[in-house]
This record gives sequence, structure tokens and C-alpha cells, in this order.
Amino acid sequence: MEVKQYQAEDYDVIVVGAGHAGCEAALAAARMGNKTLLMTINLDMVAFMPCNPSVGGPAKGIVVRELDALGGEMGRNIDKTYVQMRMLNTGKGPAVRALRAQADKHAYSAEMKHTIEREPNLTLRQGIVDDLVIENKTVVGVITNTGARYGAKTVVLTTGTAARGKIIIGELMYSSGPNNSQPSMKLSGNLEKLGFVLERFKTGTPPRVDGNTIDYSVTEEQLGDADPNHFSFESKDEDYLPVEDQMSCWLTYTREKTHEIIRKNLERAPMFSGVIKGVGPRYCPSIEDKIVRFADKDRHQLFIEPEGRNTDEYYVQGFSTSMPEEVQQKMVHSVPGLENAHIMRPGYAIEYDVVSPYQLRPTLETKLIKNLYTAGQTNGTSGYEEAAGQGMLAGINAGLRALDKEPVVLKRSDAYIGVMVDDLVTKGTNEPYRLLTSRAEYRLLLRHDNADLRLTEIGHEIGLISDERYAQFEAKKATIEAEKQRLATIRIKPNAQVDAYLKEHGDRPLKDGVLASEFLRRPYVKYNDLLNFIPAPEEPLDRRVIEQVEIQFKYEGYIKKESEKVEKLKRMEAKQIPERINYNAIEGLATEARQKLTKIQPETLAQASRISGVNPADISILAVYIEQGRIAKVK
Amino acid sequence: MTTMTVTEYDTIAAISTPPGEGAISIVRLSGEDAIAIAQRVFKGKDLTAVATHTINYGHIIDPKTNIEIDEVMISVMRAPKTFTREDVIEINCHGGIVATNKILQLLLSNGARLAEPGEFTKRAFLHGRIDLTQAESVMDLIRAKTDRSMKVALNQLDGNLSHLIRNLRQDILDVLAQVEVNIDYPEYDDVETMTTKLLKEKAQEVKARIQQLLKTAQQGKVLREGLATAIVGRPNVGKSSLLNHLLHEDKAIVTEIAGTTRDVIEEYVNVRGVPLKLVDTAGIRETTDKVEAIGVERSRKAIDQADLVMLVLNSSEALTTEDQKLIAATQDKKRIVILNKTDLARKLDETELQKYVSQDEILATSVLKNSGMDELEEKIAILFFGGIENSQTTVMVTNARHIGLLNQAEDSLDAVLSGISAGMPVDLVQIDMTNAWELLGEITGDSYQDELLTQLFSQFCLGK
Repeated sequence: MEVKQYQAEDYDVIVVGAGHAGCEAALAAARMGNKTLLMTINLDMVAFMPCNPSVGGPAKGIVVRELDALGGEMGRNIDKTYVQMRMLNTGKGPAVRALRAQADKHAYSAEMKHTIEREPNLTLRQGIVDDLVIENKTVVGVITNTGARYGAKTVVLTTGTAARGKIIIGELMYSSGPNNSQPSMKLSGNLEKLGFVLERFKTGTPPRVDGNTIDYSVTEEQLGDADPNHFSFESKDEDYLPVEDQMSCWLTYTREKTHEIIRKNLERAPMFSGVIKGVGPRYCPSIEDKIVRFADKDRHQLFIEPEGRNTDEYYVQGFSTSMPEEVQQKMVHSVPGLENAHIMRPGYAIEYDVVSPYQLRPTLETKLIKNLYTAGQTNGTSGYEEAAGQGMLAGINAGLRALDKEPVVLKRSDAYIGVMVDDLVTKGTNEPYRLLTSRAEYRLLLRHDNADLRLTEIGHEIGLISDERYAQFEAKKATIEAEKQRLATIRIKPNAQVDAYLKEHGDRPLKDGVLASEFLRRPYVKYNDLLNFIPAPEEPLDRRVIEQVEIQFKYEGYIKKESEKVEKLKRMEAKQIPERINYNAIEGLATEARQKLTKIQPETLAQASRISGVNPADISILAVYIEQGRIAKVK
Repeated sequence: MTTMTVTEYDTIAAISTPPGEGAISIVRLSGEDAIAIAQRVFKGKDLTAVATHTINYGHIIDPKTNIEIDEVMISVMRAPKTFTREDVIEINCHGGIVATNKILQLLLSNGARLAEPGEFTKRAFLHGRIDLTQAESVMDLIRAKTDRSMKVALNQLDGNLSHLIRNLRQDILDVLAQVEVNIDYPEYDDVETMTTKLLKEKAQEVKARIQQLLKTAQQGKVLREGLATAIVGRPNVGKSSLLNHLLHEDKAIVTEIAGTTRDVIEEYVNVRGVPLKLVDTAGIRETTDKVEAIGVERSRKAIDQADLVMLVLNSSEALTTEDQKLIAATQDKKRIVILNKTDLARKLDETELQKYVSQDEILATSVLKNSGMDELEEKIAILFFGGIENSQTTVMVTNARHIGLLNQAEDSLDAVLSGISAGMPVDLVQIDMTNAWELLGEITGDSYQDELLTQLFSQFCLGK
């Protein structure tokens, strides 16, 4: 029987899907003053973590801080629900240090759900969005499986792996969203009818085991950090969990026997038997993929990670597989420490629909349908942080549009979120996209320690950062500047104490007095060492202020070099390409450039120059053409 | 992110006068760094401080070596009242391909980019200096000339050179990938941690190979412009006869009277594939003759400028103090010491000569009787090709853009090394390493990021 439709309420912004992208999108839109509806297939899976129980890490951790600076929720939420916190890459430079938290999955999800429930402008509701209401190539509402017709000024799609999701475990295959949830079977087809090009991607997850059946004695314990660190600007050091209250991870390895089991059963592996058609990520291969592609490796690392405090379920990171359950059991039992482990959930592969991201603008609005935005795995990415970053941007822009305001675009030099979105909309992606620090050409500028300095201003302007927090931020900025000024005016004079310190570090004694700021540039000199030789500032400084002062002096040369590069590109970034250019009418463009430009429809000359196959001569011609158009219009 | 970092308004440079031996050549710069870049290679007034539309006297110097390249007049024209409406520098130099090219190369090594054909005009247009009617012709110009110059550039990039550059890049890429893996997968224990020590070794190694390549630029220059060859010797030892022999025609005036070859004559001749630019000289000798004195001065200059010196001695006379002065003056040069006139009775004591000159530099000839001439040609070829059997496979860098990029890559590697010695962490030092890699990629036209990611995922078994 056909479900009878009924006219339901009107909203300003409707977000479809309450995963990590959807939660950020809905919260941002609502907090900006829009009456917002957040639809989810399963109300018990809000901000659910179907894969690894962690947030952050290289590049990703920086995204979380960027989200926080823009007024997002992920940073605050993980700071409330982590079970372990670690700073990675501490032995390296400031640009690549990365914070990572192990999350309590259930607590994370529950906390986010509660935050959303308490948000005044935001309604969280269970239901499946099957179709969009389109008028004049503009979205004006959504239709649910229960027949509700909601009106909306803007709509954000964050459907994740639910979009025609299909789970595969060996020979077993069935339609499903993540973790056996109900999939969304109709929306994708309706997007195709609207003219969207979809692709099929694949991702996977490892088996979970019962912690009571793990022999930890043969594994290596990995503790959290004692020194406090947080993702959110708002979190306080005094709330940081002491190491003994944190949970550990455990390191073990596959053995030759594991590899043998896998090799023997390769014909039953959907990855190789041809069952799986979707494209999987290179950086997160299944264990069977690793064994085949890196046959010479005699072992692979596995991290056994807790899924939360109120559960003994453990996640076997590095062991992602879609082997039949029977084989998975043998594989698990071949691993030191897991000989007698009980699998609680088998690993699986999941295939899902992706909207090819070149169909999007840098605001994440689709080019095809006005006021429609997409974010997260829907756009071909992978990872909670990548999803949240896009969700935030899509939510902000959907919210701004609903308010009739100008959109926010983050450039590659502004944020990792900007790098990711530019990569997606300019180049598309042929595998699930993960952020890596190597994708960012200005990574020294895009540090996790300065995310607040880069983005708080924007967050405040769009109304997502409160005046109170903004005042704190301004105060921090002022303190940094004041201390930098102070150090640049105090001289350290040669004396026995200074010489002894220098000698201790294998350096020569001072000949003349030297500015404290210059002294700090020496690689081994810590800010706190300086205080032995110069008067302390009137008020003791926060560690985050000290960190900035150190970094800004020590790496000034490199920072300047990168800033100059950014500066050079600015004018090209500012050069807008008018919409709906008929590239076929531009004489002199090479055929490939013409095709690519038509497909991508870049918004600025800089973006055009980043399209592969568009060469500098084409850019020159395009520039001349644009200028010509401008001059012609003036006449 | 691709390597073609051609930004719309970066600073461009080109030789604006037609190629050839004009009396004066002009090298032009346009862009916001034009004045700063010129200042880096200029000794004279502070160009960044002089008034706009002024002409300034001074010298172009190579900031690395402090060697003076040419005496020049530099016009400083600040935006917007210029042809392109950007800051413009025009360097008036003393003509000649060598000096002009060298100046262009210096500019390219110090921050300028070689202008595309028609690019000055294009900028003039973009800044509204030229009106709309001229726009289409500008576009045609860009397309036509770009295609042509791309073809030329591709031809210039011979297979061997691009192979070499790709090898260099692959070596750097291995290092970069390792650093990236260390950063993006800090807990991945299969890969050796890339320390600054390892990075330093790699940087030094790559730098040495780039320097080798740049040396061939010298050879390449020779192929293009001729190996500057000075024939020196006392009057009447047979210099002009030697020149005539090499030229197979009577260009130089040859007489029996000492000191009659007064003008410096330049002739080009191809000796077994080596193009020689021969410079005849008035014999170097102590003289009070005023006219002769100018000739002598020129001879000393010729030795200075020469890549190869042929020192001619008269074997039928004993070694004179003048001979010895010439031997001393040519000590540091690639040289061939020719014992001429072996058809006459020998008076020159060869054991004495060998005190100053090594045996393999010496060659006995009689130009008059045409003896020893084959051996001479052979020697020239060996000296130039350095004994490489098949000169066809020798890689040479000849293109000014390539040389500029190699120089910049070398600078980046220097920055890597100085960063390491300043105690900077690997991931910062790596910025300069990546830069070197990108610059090399601009030579071969390869792009950056996808390559690195492919390398990352194919070399290492990564997975979170």
C-alpha cells in the first residue's frame, strides 16, 4: 500500500543523517538562528562510531581543533568522553604534532545526542528521507518514508554509508546501513533522477572481541599522556584525566600463521573474488589486502583498543576484513594475545553510494540543485573528522543561505577543512578520501596549536562563537603579542649562569648581550629556561600562550616563507570566474582544459589552475577572457 | 597542488632585444618583486631606494660568488606608469650572448620566472594598459607562441636529461615519503624513522648531483656559444698560422714581422664536434710600443675569458722569460702547450719545460708542415668531452629556464642543510626538500601530490 503523504512543518534548514557530519551541520545551522530539523534513521545511533573508537591523530586532530574554533561540537564532545589522550609526533616540529583521543563510543554518542536535544532551535527526529522536493532546480523540502512533507529553505544531505548500503561478510551479503542499521534505499535513486552522478565506494571494519578473553600479557601496553591536552579551547587542564584513570591500548602483531590462513582462503575473500565492486581506500586496507599487496612483510601491527568504559568490547585496529566469519575466527585466534578471544561482532565490508564531489561548489552546495548541500561520506570521504569538518562547513553555509547571507569558503591556506574541500571539488576522488598532512602544502601555517588563531574570528562573525569566548580568545592573542614584544626588548647579558647553561647544551658562551627573543631561537632553549635569565612577566603565562611565543619565534623563518607563498596566490584566489561560462566559446583553450573546466566549473582562477590537465597557457587565456568580459560589461 | 606554480602576477624576466651580437642588450623584469630581484644581483645604488624612472649605473654580480658579470645601466620604473603597469626593471648590458644569458640566468635563480612569449603584453592588457582591440591578438600570440615554445622546450628536454632529473626526484621522493609516513602514521613501526642525519646525507648527495648537472650547463653553453679559445704566445711563434690552419682560410694576417697581428679576431670553427670560438691575439710580450700595448692588454683579457688556452712556443728557440710568464699566466686554465716549428732544429729544452708544464699538456707540431695537427684536434675533443666515448649520450643542460631551476633547487638543498645545522626538526627541513623536488619537477613537468601519495601507499603497508 502506498504511504499517504501529509504536509508537515516548515523548517529553515533540514539535515538528513545524524552522523558526525549531520550533527555538526544541524548544530551550526540551529545555533546561527535557523529553525532546524535533524533527521536520522535510528535515534540510538546519533554520532555513532561504527569504526574505530578514536578521534584525532595527524591532520584529523587539526580538523577537530579547526571545528572547535569555528564553534563546532566534536572537540567539546570528545573532551567530555575520551578514555585516553595522547599527543603524537612530539619529537617532530610543531606543524605535525597531533592530538588523538580514544573515545568511549557510547558516551560520545549519548553526549552528542543530549547536546542536540538541548539545542533550542533544533529538532531531532527518527525517519528516513526518501526524496527531495524540488522547484525550479531549487530544493524546497524533503519527503520521509512515513509520508511527512517538510518544507525547507535549505537541505544538507549527510547520508554516509546508509546510502544503498550493502554489508558483505564472506559469502553473506545484505542491504544494510552501518552496524546492521536500516539502509536508505530510495534517496540515491532520486538523486540520480535529478542528474547527479553517483559512485560506489567501499570501506570496512575489523572484528570486535571480548576483553575478558584477551591475554594482555603477550601484548605491549600503550598508556595515555600524563600532561594535559584537550581538543577544545574551552576545556580546562584541571578536568584532565590522570593517567591512572585513562584506559590503555594494547599492541600486538599478526603472525605468519595469520597470513597463511588468509592466503588459503583468498577465494572466499569478497575483495578478491570480485564480489566487492566499490573502490576501497588505499590507506586503510583490509588485512587480506595488506597480505596480498605486501607479501614480503612477515607481520603487521594490530592495536587492541577499548570501545568504552561500560563495556569489555575491544576493537582490533589494523584487522579490517570481510572474510567469512569462520575464517575471521581462525585469523583472530592466530594472533598473540587473541588465541582464545571471543569475537563479539565479525568484521565486514560495506558498499555505499557517493555523490561525485566535483558536482559541488567550495561552499558544498551542489551545482545542480540550489540550496542543496552534501557533506561527509556522501562526498566520498572517510573518517569521522573529515565528515564533521564538511558537515560544519555545509551547515554554516546552509544556515547562512537560509538567513540570506554570504557564504563562507575556507581556502587551502586557511584550514585543513579548506584543503579537503578544495581537493574534493577541484579534483574529485576515486577512493574514499582521507586527510593527510602531506595533502596540505601550507602545513606549517595549518598547525593544531594555532587553529583558534586562524578561525575563531570567522566562528565569531557567523555567530557560533560566543562573545564571552571571543573575549577570552582576544585576551590570549593580546598576551601572546605583549610577551613577544617584551622578549624583543629585554637583553640577556653574558654572565656565569648563562654561560653555564649554554655550555650544558654544547654551545659557546655569549660575547655580547643578546635579545631574549633571539636567545629563544636557539633550538634547545625553552621559554621556561629564559625565565632563569630574565624577569618573569607580571602574570604567569598560560602554557598555550608560551607555546605560541616559542613557535612564533623559533620557526619564524619557515613560517614567513610559507606565508609569502600564500600571499603570492592571493590575487589569483581573488579572481572570480563568472558562473556558467561557455568554455567551448573560448578560442584557444586546449581540448582537455575545455572539458575539465566545463566539468569542474571552478570559481576562481586559482582553483582553475589546480585542475589537472589545465595548463598555464589555458589559465592565461582564461584570464584574458575574464578581463575582456569585465571590460565589455563596463562599456 | 601541482608544480606549475605560475601565479598570475609573479615576477617575470626575459631578454627583450633580438638575439645576436647587438651593441647593447636589454633584459627586462616585470612584477612586484622586480626591483628586489634586480637589487640582489646588482652592485651600485640601492635600487629599492632610487626614484622611479631613473637610470642607474653599476655592475651585475653573481651574489653567490661575488664575481662581476657585466657593467650595466639599470632603469627602474615603478608601477603604475610602466608598460605593464607593474614595477619594471630594464637592464642595459653590453650585448653578447654570454653576458646577457648569464644575467637572465641570475635573475631566474634569484626569484624571477622566465616570461612566456607575449607575457609582458598580456600583463599590459590585464592591467588595462592596452585596449580591447588589441586583446585578441594578444590571445593569438599567447596560444601560438606558447605552443611553439612548448615544443621547443620539449625538444630541449632531451630524454637523458629528463631521465636524470626523474631519478633525482625519485630519490628525493623516497625520502619525502618516508618523512610523510613518519608524520601521518607515527605508530607505524615498519619504517625507519627519517632523522635529520639521514636527510642531510640525502640532501648532500642530491646537491652534488645537481652541481654535476650544472657543470654540464657550462658544456652546454660551449655547444651553443663556442668554447672560448685563446691562442697565445710570443710574437711570431706561429699563432696566426695555427688559427689559419684551423679555419682553413686566411682570415688572420700572418707575417714574419713580430707584432703585426694587432686586432683581436674572433672566428668560430668546429673541431671534431667541439665548436671553438678562437680568439687570435697580439703576441704577449713586454713592449713599449703603444699600439702593441693595447694588443697585449687584450691578450691577457683573452686568457681570462678563455675556457681553453693554446699556448704556442717556438721549439727552435730556447724558453724565454716571456714564455715563462705566459706559462704562469695560463697555469689555472685548461690548456694545450704547443711546441711549434718542429721542422726546424730543436733548441728548446723539454726537460726544463716539464718543470712548469705536465707532459700530457704538451704537443709537438709543425703547422707549416701540417704535422701533429690531427693529434691537436684529438686533444681538443678529449679535453672537452672529458674522454667520454660517445658524446651523444652526454647529458647537457642548455636551457636557461632549466639552469635557473637547477640553481634554485640547489639553493633549496642548501636551505635544507642550513636548517639541519640550526637544529630544525625533520618536518620543517622537509619543506625545503619538497621545494627542491618541486623545482626539479618543473623541469620535467611532473606534478607533486598524487605522486607522493602513490609512493606512500605503494611503498608502505599503511592502515589505521
